[in-house]
Amino acid sequence: MADKKVVIYSTPTCPYCKRAKDYLSRKGIPFVDRNVAVDRDAAKEMIQKSGQMGVPVITIDNEIMVGFNQALLDKLLSP
Amino acid sequence: MYDLMIIGGGPAGLAASVYAARKQLNTLLISIDIGGQVNKTLGVENYMGYQFIEGPELIDKFQTQVSQFPIDQKIGYKVSRLEKLDDGFEAISEAGDRYQAKAVIYAAGKSPRKLNVPGEAELTGRGVTYCAICDGPVFSGQRVAVVGGGNSALEAALDMVKIAEHVDLVSLTPLTGDAILIDKLSAAKNLSIFTEYQTEKIEGQGFVSGMLIRDLKSSEGKRLELTGVFIEIGLTPNSEAVSGLVELNKWGEVPISCSCETGIPGLYAAGDVTDVPEKQIVVAAGEGAKATLQAHRYLQRLAT
Repeated sequence: MADKKVVIYSTPTCPYCKRAKDYLSRKGIPFVDRNVAVDRDAAKEMIQKSGQMGVPVITIDNEIMVGFNQALLDKLLSP
Repeated sequence: MYDLMIIGGGPAGLAASVYAARKQLNTLLISIDIGGQVNKTLGVENYMGYQFIEGPELIDKFQTQVSQFPIDQKIGYKVSRLEKLDDGFEAISEAGDRYQAKAVIYAAGKSPRKLNVPGEAELTGRGVTYCAICDGPVFSGQRVAVVGGGNSALEAALDMVKIAEHVDLVSLTPLTGDAILIDKLSAAKNLSIFTEYQTEKIEGQGFVSGMLIRDLKSSEGKRLELTGVFIEIGLTPNSEAVSGLVELNKWGEVPISCSCETGIPGLYAAGDVTDVPEKQIVVAAGEGAKATLQAHRYLQRLAT
């Protein structure tokens, strides 16, 4: 089974983003980190996909999670 | 029925959980999140054992310590009401789930205070934010307002003048934050300060497009064109769930004795939701420990 593609839209100063990234790293899950503070295209993409402007936004394949909720993230990551 | 239910997953609730596990109490930890306000703390320099640690890292360490014990955890669950039963307590979650325990430690902490103006709720996350350090950079190059006059509002304004096109600082009162922050702000060229202005409405279709404010002295209204509103007007205790059981103080906090007792046998409270004046991580953790030790004594008395 192919791994799910995980993208996190974050800002460098956001503690919730850091917790989410640390959590993914600890679980050994590869992810693409898109820094919306400097990458305007990523910021637009995040707003378009999530319909809102708060970080973090995490996409797991086609699922979208706004904020960092560990239980929900685990659920979305499970095969 | 659990022996002990701990409501809240910040420093108070997590410390209470460790003590409960070590007393081998059959325990449920139920919380909307893990870490609470520490999630929004960039650096911590006054928690024992660490000269400096980032807030998220400290929470991870707390969580790891709690998770090595066999206590049940319901994270992502908000308790909306706590009720007294004949033989204990029942917590009812927002989703309608019910959990029972013989004793409860209420440690639900504090949340950002809301303005309670039209448009605020609908536009939260759509330009309205309560976490300037999180979402600030998303608004770089845009016009934003910071609402509030205390230190957190001034710090948010200082961060935003560096990256936003323009910042409107709107405060109901004269600025109450530290003079050093006010001095730093006075150097900013892209800042307008509106003190003694009431925020009346946040406008926008889908996303924020403007904000209505009113001068308290002249009663004159004004519309600010902007896309972001950072609300930094302090914190409010998450005490609604127990407001039917205990009499809250005038700030909405749960009054407790020096042993974390609420006055209702079996119901204890700890951390920032209580009237303990020092809102500090180390204090909350200590209060959580005290609450569990008291609850343990109560449970021992029940058993005999």
